[in-house]
Amino acid sequence: MSLEFHELSKQVYDEVHIAHTDLSLNPGVFNVLLGPTLSGKTSLMRLMAGLDQPSTGSVWFKGQNVTGIAVQRRNLAMVYQQFINFPNMSVFENIASPLRIQKLSESQLRPRVEKGAELLKLTPYMHRKPNELSGGQQQRTALARALVKGADLVLLDEPLVNLDYKLREELREELPRLFADTGATVVYATTEPHEALLMGGYTATMREGRVTQYGPTHEVFRKPHDLATAKAFSDPPLNILNLKRTAQGFEGEQGLSLKLPPFQNVPVDEYILGFRPHHLQIQGNAKDILELSGEVTVTEITGSESFIHLKWAEHDWVAHTQGVMHLPPGEKLELYVSASNCLLFDDQEQLVPAQV
Amino acid sequence: MRSERFHDALGRQLLFTLLILLIEVPLGVGIALTMPRQGIGVTICLVLMALPLLIPWNVVGAMWNIFALPDIGLLGKMLNGVGFDYNFTQNPFWAWATVVAMDVWHWTSLVVLLCYAGLRSIPDAYYQTSKIDGATSWQVFRYIQLPKMKRVLTIALLLRLMDSFMIYTEPFVLNGGGPGNSTTFLSIDLVKVALGQFDLGPAAAMSIIYFFVVLLLCWVLYTLMMRDETN
Repeated sequence: MSLEFHELSKQVYDEVHIAHTDLSLNPGVFNVLLGPTLSGKTSLMRLMAGLDQPSTGSVWFKGQNVTGIAVQRRNLAMVYQQFINFPNMSVFENIASPLRIQKLSESQLRPRVEKGAELLKLTPYMHRKPNELSGGQQQRTALARALVKGADLVLLDEPLVNLDYKLREELREELPRLFADTGATVVYATTEPHEALLMGGYTATMREGRVTQYGPTHEVFRKPHDLATAKAFSDPPLNILNLKRTAQGFEGEQGLSLKLPPFQNVPVDEYILGFRPHHLQIQGNAKDILELSGEVTVTEITGSESFIHLKWAEHDWVAHTQGVMHLPPGEKLELYVSASNCLLFDDQEQLVPAQV
Repeated sequence: MRSERFHDALGRQLLFTLLILLIEVPLGVGIALTMPRQGIGVTICLVLMALPLLIPWNVVGAMWNIFALPDIGLLGKMLNGVGFDYNFTQNPFWAWATVVAMDVWHWTSLVVLLCYAGLRSIPDAYYQTSKIDGATSWQVFRYIQLPKMKRVLTIALLLRLMDSFMIYTEPFVLNGGGPGNSTTFLSIDLVKVALGQFDLGPAAAMSIIYFFVVLLLCWVLYTLMMRDETN
């Protein structure tokens, strides 16, 4: 009872949109598809919906192979980044439209439409046309239509991108709850890692047309299997450092020499060290600390926090710190990272487990 | 203003306008809907569609005049060949049919191009949504394409309405507003009065009325079409 892909791929001319993907989404839960722009989220959704046919592989839903089945005959709903409503229908008619197509009688559909409108706070606007609504209300109408339809699979393709911040926060909170009661499998695509974390549920990270990892959101965030997943699930971007394991410890560019207690026993090889911006501190106090230094390029201040952009050797780093920091560009900074917050990847970009 | 001649010309003008709008608008929308949306076909179709628009009015008239000649013209000969008594210089019905056909040939492309532009501006997500909901192609047309094309369609209608009142060259070249007065539209009549008979007073009055008729029609049409957008 879930949505599954077997060896799925999609190629348009020479361009690979989706590379061999095996994935089995859990039924009736909120799934987040997380990845940067052009990572294949929309392509994958179109395959899920059946709007496109895969080049190879198959799509299974509820134990049935639905690969060749027309979109019209699958029971699914989709909400887009643009606000898609029928321009000359009232809000009520818009929400009711999929039920009308299913040929439900007026008495059957009215309570469902009213309930959906109530959940999405649209009751006062039932007689308005979409162009008389605000952006948020228009998107609520589209969401209500998807909710009311009673689809088994609901695909939400970055539905909150075009809304302003306040509305986005509001809907972000409501969305998982709204669909939780319907029993539908929900797939929500987004580019923002913190959105995935706030939505909870399960997350599949995507990069370059591949699903890199799928699992409970917090697990994927804390224990990314590989560098691609860690990169996709980090905003600001993951800070990276190239290291070489020697007999004494780890050596890096600019004569850097580090001791990494959790990784003392890894074989001699080349590694990539990653640490998240909020783990890069400008004050050190713990024991297992790594000392680095960097040169400030830009400081972004967002009221209560600062994002300090730094340059170290060839790498651009970001330190995410609390408080307002006024740092002039070019200033040298001492930086600290706790070794236990570091992620180590081998030369295949796979995570090296830390020894506890 | 009681002039029967003027009333007749006005009546003919209105009938002509009504006819060409009834033919050109649905036909234009229909062609726009069937035009390809991508590939080399788009360019080919657009060029083909733009061709008639590039031809000067008097050339269109002259072309159709020759094309429709009952004895040597391709169209005239063919129609007579299949049994019609086609002669646009003698029979008012055929004269009308020829003028209307000429205008449709010349100007439907304008409607097509405007509608096509309107259709192209509809995001693909609309079509996907309707596909997912299982809407029929009629429902897609009625609830997505038509409302989304409304603005360009209004412009197309107004342009064709005003242009159709300007019709002069084609019927003039074809057979000078004949046979008799049967294709003497307002503009032709106006020129006959003003320049043929040199009755400048009545001609000036006519042209003022002419102007107000066009203005009134445009206003009524525009208000009707924009009605539910403003309230």
